[in-house]
Amino acid sequence: MTATGTPEGNGSSAEPVPSELGDAILELLNGFIVELRAVGLPVSLTENLDALEAVKHIPIGDRESFKYALGATLVKHYNHWKAFETVFEVYFSLRGKEYTIGEDGELLDLESGELDDAETGDQQGAGGGGENLSPEELAEMLFQSLLRGDSQMMRGVARQAVRRFAGMEPGRPVGGTYYLYRTLRNLDLDKVLERLLQQAQHTHGEASELDQRLWRDEYQQRIDQLQMEIEAEIRRRLVADRGVEAMAKTLRKPLPEDVDFMHASREEMANLRKAIYPLTRKLAARLQRKRRHGRRGPLDFRRTVRASLSYGGVPLEPKFRNPNPHKPEIFVIADISGSVAAFARFTLHLVYAISGQFSKVRSFVFIDGLDEVTSYFEGVEDINEAVHRVNTEADVVWVDGHSDYGHALGVFWQEYGSDVGPRTSVMILGDARNNYHAAESWIISEMQDKARHVYWLNPEPRSYWDTGDSIVGEYAQHCDGSFEVRNLRQLEAFVEHLV
Amino acid sequence: MPFRFEDAESLRDGLRQVDYLSDEGIAGVVYLADRLQKPILVEGPAGTGKTQLAKSVAEVLGSRLIRLQCYEGLDEAKALYEWNYKKQLLRIQSDRSDEHDWAEVSEDIFSEEFLLTRPLLEAISAVDPVVLLIDEVDRVEVETEALLLEILSDYQVSIPELGTIEARQIPLVFLTSNNTRELSEALKRRCLYLHIDYPNLEREKEIVLAKVPGITENLADQVARVVRSIRQIELKKAPSVSETIDWARTLVLLGVEKIEEQTASDTLNILLKYQSDIRKAAKELVTADGVSV
Repeated sequence: MTATGTPEGNGSSAEPVPSELGDAILELLNGFIVELRAVGLPVSLTENLDALEAVKHIPIGDRESFKYALGATLVKHYNHWKAFETVFEVYFSLRGKEYTIGEDGELLDLESGELDDAETGDQQGAGGGGENLSPEELAEMLFQSLLRGDSQMMRGVARQAVRRFAGMEPGRPVGGTYYLYRTLRNLDLDKVLERLLQQAQHTHGEASELDQRLWRDEYQQRIDQLQMEIEAEIRRRLVADRGVEAMAKTLRKPLPEDVDFMHASREEMANLRKAIYPLTRKLAARLQRKRRHGRRGPLDFRRTVRASLSYGGVPLEPKFRNPNPHKPEIFVIADISGSVAAFARFTLHLVYAISGQFSKVRSFVFIDGLDEVTSYFEGVEDINEAVHRVNTEADVVWVDGHSDYGHALGVFWQEYGSDVGPRTSVMILGDARNNYHAAESWIISEMQDKARHVYWLNPEPRSYWDTGDSIVGEYAQHCDGSFEVRNLRQLEAFVEHLV
Repeated sequence: MPFRFEDAESLRDGLRQVDYLSDEGIAGVVYLADRLQKPILVEGPAGTGKTQLAKSVAEVLGSRLIRLQCYEGLDEAKALYEWNYKKQLLRIQSDRSDEHDWAEVSEDIFSEEFLLTRPLLEAISAVDPVVLLIDEVDRVEVETEALLLEILSDYQVSIPELGTIEARQIPLVFLTSNNTRELSEALKRRCLYLHIDYPNLEREKEIVLAKVPGITENLADQVARVVRSIRQIELKKAPSVSETIDWARTLVLLGVEKIEEQTASDTLNILLKYQSDIRKAAKELVTADGVSV
């Protein structure tokens, strides 16, 4: 069995508060903070010391306060809270009395291998408590616990379900998601939800649609809670099996601003969508401020001399021209083929959210054909909706719906090329994977002559550029800059650079 | 110096008595701030009771609340201190006839008598234990933030002519931010961080019950449920707690006992402030399958 790194996990969690922290806790906290830094949270030395100071003031047995104490001192961005929670769950999952396993006798004797016990218990139907339940009874218990919203019971059900269905084996190097999937597949929560709704309808009789909607939300939330319990249970078992550090490593996920557009999971996508709105607001506020308080204009020689006359020719009061920062005109040309669609969506979103910073924004999307979509964004309150329309309505397929940059750029240059002028900044978004079509990079070259700037934004890591059918290098040599934009952080940095 | 709070639990009870329904996290962090003598940076969506928290804590403690409202262009003279220039002039003029020499006068006019205290200086020079609220700190420029650093970490203010004024007591400091910009690391490092999110169902219900006189438990429950469902929809601006309370008040005034679709969609404009949001919510709430677009 792996060394667990949590020697004090054996102690009872209800111990009175030690006035001085034990070495063991200190060590555990250190590991915890090291892990937080590894995830990417900026934890400074002062914050580290604050955390150590803070935990002295709270009862260690109280897991929730312990968590808030660490959170308040170590996590200073709301976006990072989730990452913090995950690490916390791993490092301190063995604490707290509600996680005691009654039927296993003494809590968490790590060395004896609790997992084995669970396994044998499963096969022999021994071990007391819920072990003797038939699958039907367990399903009924699950249903009842959800119906009543009894969290104690849910926890029990979660524990049983994991034991029974996850099929966890010690030492197997698979992540928690695999076990989670197996457990959930057996529970069939969608069906349970339907049954709950029927039950609600049955007891309450006639129900309006609003009521139904409210019930559904309520039960869905309970099911989510159950799912979290199951996850926690799996994590707890995995930690017991594989040790804290190994577990933390497999769970390490990028922070929201570092999530790669091209490889985001559905959940991460939803988080990104939520993150982008505050981000744009913040960016807009910052740009506005920058514009207002930006540098002063150049020295106005004539007015300085004129002012100096009142001091007998001594230029005491230098006068400056009014700052008149230009507002650039933006053309966005975005590849919206499958591989990079998400990236295009976020960029369009961001550009339109701060369109007040530009004198004009026009957008074009292409796959192998090209279409202007500016009108979709006009007078629309909800940018999401516009982006959705872009994806469904724009006419971007010419032959086969595989990216053809050469042809798309050709169409652009032919139809809209005359609109590109010296105040236009052109942003081209795409991975330049051209499916071995003709590159037509002369268009970019001419575009650069006419436009103020031409930028290429590529959502692929730089090391992949110019491999396979990617020809970004060929285009980039004619651009004013080519940028790797794989996550929100990079996107934000680029937009700021643009303005 | 004695601590203000016995433990987090008693603080929570105290807050409840002044009608501020906190949760474990909120009470825990305020308690820690007192123990560690550190300021609290409170962030979260608008209208979730960030400013109210500071006010309520002051009320619980029965101490004075000193408030500094931040805005763009806030400077030293408005936040920290200012010399009372006119009074200094008067002092100099009234002395002219006498035989006082200059050194004496100059020493005299830069004394505390001629100092106008502004909120920050007032907070640390107060003798009684005060609560200092620095509201919407994200509105000041990054450079102005630096003004706060000395007072936040060392509880002192340095005045070049006078020397350093140290705090007579450690005030309990709240900073609130609406997150319109990223605060500097230096500021964040000095504070405990508290994110106040929308309350969960039970807490919201309790808040509504506490804040809306004459509301039935049943209606409060429904209000909280509808608001929770609305917050799950992707909106431009989700309803805040204060908007929930307004809505509940309206329903009570209208004599509503059970929320029907019609009443809900007729009064949605109290909860939501954008036309597109209202339309979207009205549409979604009556589609029972909960499938969002």
